[in-house]
Amino acid sequence: MSELITKTAAELADALAAGETTSVELTQVHLDRIAAVDGTAESGVHAFLHVDAEGALAQAAESDARRAAGESRHLLDGVPIAVKDVLATQGLPTTCGSKILEGWVPPYDATVVRKIKDAGLPILGKTNMDEFAMGSSTEHSAYGPTRNPWDQTRIPGGSGGGSAAAVAAFEAPLALGTDTGGSIRQPGAVTGTVGVKPTYGGVSRYGLVALANSLDQVGPVTRTVLDSALLHELIAGHDPRDSTSVDAPVGSYVAAAREGAKGDLAGLRVGVIKELAGDGWQTGVMERFAESVDLLREMGAEVTEISCPSFVHAMATYYLILPAECSSNLAKFDAMRYGLRVVPDGDPSAEAVMKATRDAGFGDEVKRRIMIGTYALSSGYYDAYYGQAQKVRTLISRDFTAAFENVDVLVSPTSPTTAFRLGDKLDDPLAMYLQDLATIPANLAGVPGISVPAGLADEDGLPVGLQVLAPALADDRLYRVGAAVEAALTTRWGGPILSLDKLDLREAGAR
Amino acid sequence: MTEVLVPFDEVVEKFDPALGLEIHVELNTNTKMFCGCPAVFGGEPNTQVCPTCLGLPGAMPVVNGKAVESAIRIGLALNCEIAEWCRFARKNYFYPDMPKNFQTSQYDEPIAFEGYLDVDVEGETFRIEIERAHMEEDTGKSSHVGGSDGRIHGADYSLVDYNRAGIPLIEIVTKPILGTGDKAPLVAKAYVSAIRDLIVALGVSDARMDQGSIRADVNLSLAPKGSGVLGTRSETKNVNSLRSVERAVRFEMARHAGILLGGGAVLQETRHFHENDGSTSSGREKSDAEDYRYFPEPDLVPVAPSREWVEELRATLPENPATKRVRLQGEWGFTDLEMRDTVGAGALDLVEQTVAAGAAPQAARKWWLTELARRANDAGVELTELSVTPAQVAAVQALVDAKTINDKLARQVFDGLLAGEGTPEEIIAARGLAVVSDEGALSAAVDKAIAENPDIADKIRDGKVAAAGALIGAVMKEMRGQADAGRVRELVLEKLA
Repeated sequence: MSELITKTAAELADALAAGETTSVELTQVHLDRIAAVDGTAESGVHAFLHVDAEGALAQAAESDARRAAGESRHLLDGVPIAVKDVLATQGLPTTCGSKILEGWVPPYDATVVRKIKDAGLPILGKTNMDEFAMGSSTEHSAYGPTRNPWDQTRIPGGSGGGSAAAVAAFEAPLALGTDTGGSIRQPGAVTGTVGVKPTYGGVSRYGLVALANSLDQVGPVTRTVLDSALLHELIAGHDPRDSTSVDAPVGSYVAAAREGAKGDLAGLRVGVIKELAGDGWQTGVMERFAESVDLLREMGAEVTEISCPSFVHAMATYYLILPAECSSNLAKFDAMRYGLRVVPDGDPSAEAVMKATRDAGFGDEVKRRIMIGTYALSSGYYDAYYGQAQKVRTLISRDFTAAFENVDVLVSPTSPTTAFRLGDKLDDPLAMYLQDLATIPANLAGVPGISVPAGLADEDGLPVGLQVLAPALADDRLYRVGAAVEAALTTRWGGPILSLDKLDLREAGAR
Repeated sequence: MTEVLVPFDEVVEKFDPALGLEIHVELNTNTKMFCGCPAVFGGEPNTQVCPTCLGLPGAMPVVNGKAVESAIRIGLALNCEIAEWCRFARKNYFYPDMPKNFQTSQYDEPIAFEGYLDVDVEGETFRIEIERAHMEEDTGKSSHVGGSDGRIHGADYSLVDYNRAGIPLIEIVTKPILGTGDKAPLVAKAYVSAIRDLIVALGVSDARMDQGSIRADVNLSLAPKGSGVLGTRSETKNVNSLRSVERAVRFEMARHAGILLGGGAVLQETRHFHENDGSTSSGREKSDAEDYRYFPEPDLVPVAPSREWVEELRATLPENPATKRVRLQGEWGFTDLEMRDTVGAGALDLVEQTVAAGAAPQAARKWWLTELARRANDAGVELTELSVTPAQVAAVQALVDAKTINDKLARQVFDGLLAGEGTPEEIIAARGLAVVSDEGALSAAVDKAIAENPDIADKIRDGKVAAAGALIGAVMKEMRGQADAGRVRELVLEKLA
């Protein structure tokens, strides 16, 4: 096993620039790592649904040829990346973790995929996820769960458990995720990685198979704050194909991360969200969070408690808006044009084929949300459910606006608990939904958020995440604060939270 | 079940009809409503498609600005308010010709609303109130293969062409049209006709009902005479000619009355219109009571046309077609009948352009409505599709006025023009069509005709001038038509005086 896999993307970029390694070598060592630890649906990390060794190596060879000719398209040109299976990749299967899209190969690239391809990042493969991004554990993948590299009996978070686990297990230095209610940040928290949900509209959604269009956002999944900043700058920006993308200059995230790493937060006003604590919040999570807040004070930040009273309704609001949008989005999966097609015996009519295909192709959680959403949009219920939820959504946005009049950033634990055991919450959807209690408000309001490792909980030795939230289009603040915390804690710990010796990868025969 | 159809006179004696019309206008933008695919009729099936209009996972819509412009112009021409801020909405229902199983449309926030259009029927003006005009995308086109009638029931299989999916549509919806009484069928027809004229004048659509670029849905209900209530309506879909609109209303009035007089209740439902016998039948493919679960389209931002832009577009509006007709009729001195025939033949613009090219209005009307209308009819094309231009018609008439040719020779000139034989002058030269002005030849021909028809000559000598026609005919025949009939008449009468 090569030591190269433990390097950050920024370090790999430097090594490529210095001619100390090649993209083909980098890509190959990560492919080897995947082969060693990723395993199958039954055992191993199972972060990947599809590995494209041939394609990745071809892209890597092109990158090396460019570099040999004295050209480079981007700082990250040649650094391999993993892509969540909810993003359309031309020529590569895109299943969204669902049987209904088994074997579908998109004829086009998502805008973010086009951007990473154009920048020269070899795509290692597509990562596992809860079906259509519905879940907080990746157990709702139709292709079997992803396991947490820290403890393979535990969940890696979700829906983007595959991207987070791939990065945590050193199978990829970078990954793309999507975050609708916490699907980048919560997996980041429970796997000891960094995940960023950009401002809504900051990154194009074209080619992202929508879960809930008004909440979805593509973002970076990495092991360091600087790496996230590098990837974020690459994928951000206005896209004429996405009307909801913001036509504003991309922020200086890398500069903000470098500035933050110096550890000086003098004058920064930090608000601790009062509502995101209390019953149901794991002791070890709250302890690490309290330490992080102390650390912010030590670095010069002025910390106050802030009340966001409408946040207590965020969960209910989210679980009306999301199912409503997804019930409509998922209607297109009807066997008429692509994907699974089930023809019932004796009745080949379009209606019968649609019913049979959707019955066979969608999992229980997907069906649950389609039913809730269909109901919430129905005549006579719309005002009471969807309409009311939109009003509460406005109130939540106002809470953020009011808070950001007094503070520069808000902080909370990313997730109420550390990684729970596989199967623990499968029969209790509401308990599963509560995993996203702290992350959902940002999606409802469209503001950006980051999760950075805050240490390990004493009771189970598992990672805890610190969430930092900033006003819309002030994503640079996430990087400044995130990098400061990361730098201070790494110094305190004497090294990064993630290291090969801490991971539970024996079952897959890694060593 | 056999329907009881009540005679029309009895229907209007006992009931008040309420009409409602929904007209879909397919815009002639270069590209589709939400993607860059060409928005043109026809083409090999499924060749004008992309991830967006095929509804592929992950693809997103972007609003076509030109379509918004056309929608606003239509709204303004219909005297509507234009929304300062409006959104698209998803209309959710499953159907194989809908790529996403929802149609991106507008619901409670249409781009244009609260307008009206005045239509004239037999000298009476009806003000049709427009509830709204909204933007939406067309669906794909299904064809059902096998079975007896091309309908989905009984078909062996169905094919879907998504070339049409995503073509921009404007749906214009009226408020209930009351008080039309026995004129209901004619009002419906006149309204659709007026909308078509308006769309043509705006230049925003091909406006071809036969090709489906304008499609009308006809709602009708009956209420007991004088009751002032609204009855249960039926919605007859895709009525695709002006005549069919009138027939559909007439049929539905008779059918509803049959049900109501028999003590039954009209079912609120979708009906299909049958061109062959003018009847309608129940459509079971889609229920009217379906819940479309509308909600704002989250992939699109609101449309907020600035007032400056709206006023700029208002300044581009053409003259209202009805106003224009009144003006032209005055200028041309046409009778009501002449004017109606001209409009009915689709010749208004052609006559206007021919007059502009120098012809007298009556002469222009005569050529387009008789000679050229006949040829268009023979060829099965619209007048505008004939390869004769208004300028050419004016040139031919100028030659007639100059007595270079007569009306009969002019017809042969039109033959030449349609055959692409060049300018009128070239055709006259090539075909040797000029009127013979050689008095000697003409005089000889007249003498010959008199000699061959002594009986007729005697009648004329006796003062029966009306008999001259027979001699003139003989002379014209002798001259193979190439004579000025007026001069021949003069010669005949001179010689027999």
